[in-house]
Amino acid sequence: MKRMHGIASFAVLAMALLLAAIPLLETPALAGPPTAAINIDNFSFTPPTITVKAGTQITWTNKDDIPHNVVAEDNSFKSKVLDTDEQFTMTASKPGIYMYYCSIHPKMTGKLVVE
Amino acid sequence: MPEQNDRNIILHDHNHDGVDRRGFLKCMAWAGAGALCVVQGGVLKSYALDDPFMMHKAEKNDLCFVQISDSHMGFNKAANPDVVATMKIAIGKINAMPAAPEFILHTGDITHLSKPSEFDTVDQLLKSARAKDVFFVPGEHDVLEDNGQQYRERYGKSAKGEGWYSFDKKGIHFIGLVNVLNLKAGGMGSLGPEQLEWLEDDVRHLSKSTPIVVFAHIPLWTIYPDWGWGTEDSAQALSYLKHFGSVTVLNGHIHQTMQKVEGNITFHTATSTAFPQPHPGAAPSPGPMKVPADQLRSLLGVTDVNYVRKRHALALIDSTLE
Repeated sequence: MKRMHGIASFAVLAMALLLAAIPLLETPALAGPPTAAINIDNFSFTPPTITVKAGTQITWTNKDDIPHNVVAEDNSFKSKVLDTDEQFTMTASKPGIYMYYCSIHPKMTGKLVVE
Repeated sequence: MPEQNDRNIILHDHNHDGVDRRGFLKCMAWAGAGALCVVQGGVLKSYALDDPFMMHKAEKNDLCFVQISDSHMGFNKAANPDVVATMKIAIGKINAMPAAPEFILHTGDITHLSKPSEFDTVDQLLKSARAKDVFFVPGEHDVLEDNGQQYRERYGKSAKGEGWYSFDKKGIHFIGLVNVLNLKAGGMGSLGPEQLEWLEDDVRHLSKSTPIVVFAHIPLWTIYPDWGWGTEDSAQALSYLKHFGSVTVLNGHIHQTMQKVEGNITFHTATSTAFPQPHPGAAPSPGPMKVPADQLRSLLGVTDVNYVRKRHALALIDSTLE
């Protein structure tokens, strides 16, 4: 009987912890940094110009069958080479205007404005 | 220079770009049909593949070599899920030639992602080719992440600068150039001042009658700037070659055959052994072109090149993998 009571207590405790954990798990997504997405498709950055608030997390996704990369002209950021469906994420922390390109296919250019 | 007059094959140059419509259509037809292309003193003639004119007439001192390009080892997308198989077919074509070619030129994009295993696979496949030597130039896919260090360790140990070099075979001067490094935003291929200086010096001592073959990955003539199909400072490079009687430029990168004659210089691009790319402006981007499986091999291929000593001419033969 004593043992049963122990298991029941454990179950209640576990349930309580689980319920408590749900808002904990959700909170970071709700309160996380703003995000922005740029697609690399048909040898182009889309959108070609993007304006974001400082602190925004920006993700580039390569949708082409050919590898590309993302390189700032002032070398302030550079991704590794992204194969198909690979992503590069960075936080735009410092305000400014950043011209960037794909150093493999330099005709591909984009502009990032951080306010 | 009697052959100077013979070089003028452009009858209707409407766009003043050195290409007439008939010549252009002829060029485009080679990609799909597979034809023997003979260039004599700048005059271009094409023959059906079952009329191997050059092969029958080739003599002991003639030079025969093969150009392959854009093997993109590691590529596995819909445009060609098996680039090993198509490269094997290309090597089979080379081995089926009536005489073994002197050597093979690979005009870059050996690999798709510069991975060591991709280079290893190509090296392994090329071991089965009858040709004794293979000469490489890098494509942009061969120099990812490391500015070409791995490429040079494998293929460019005796090369100069970032991998450029020259050599002589049977009186012909071959020059391998690198135009896929240090590319500027918004620009096309680039040779750079150091390489240009080397090139000027490299050809300085040659007699003007020496036939020259220049090979590089990105075309050294501007085919389609919107897609970066050209080299920013190629005019400077070609100016060092304008006094020579016969200059042939062999490139890859655009995965289709195109040809153009400009003064003393014949330009030629080769097909890929991996996947075709669209004609300039015919698609939103130059990405891999998906074609029905039964058509793929007709758009891939190899180029045989014959230099006939007494005719002072290069013959370019594009054959498809079919």
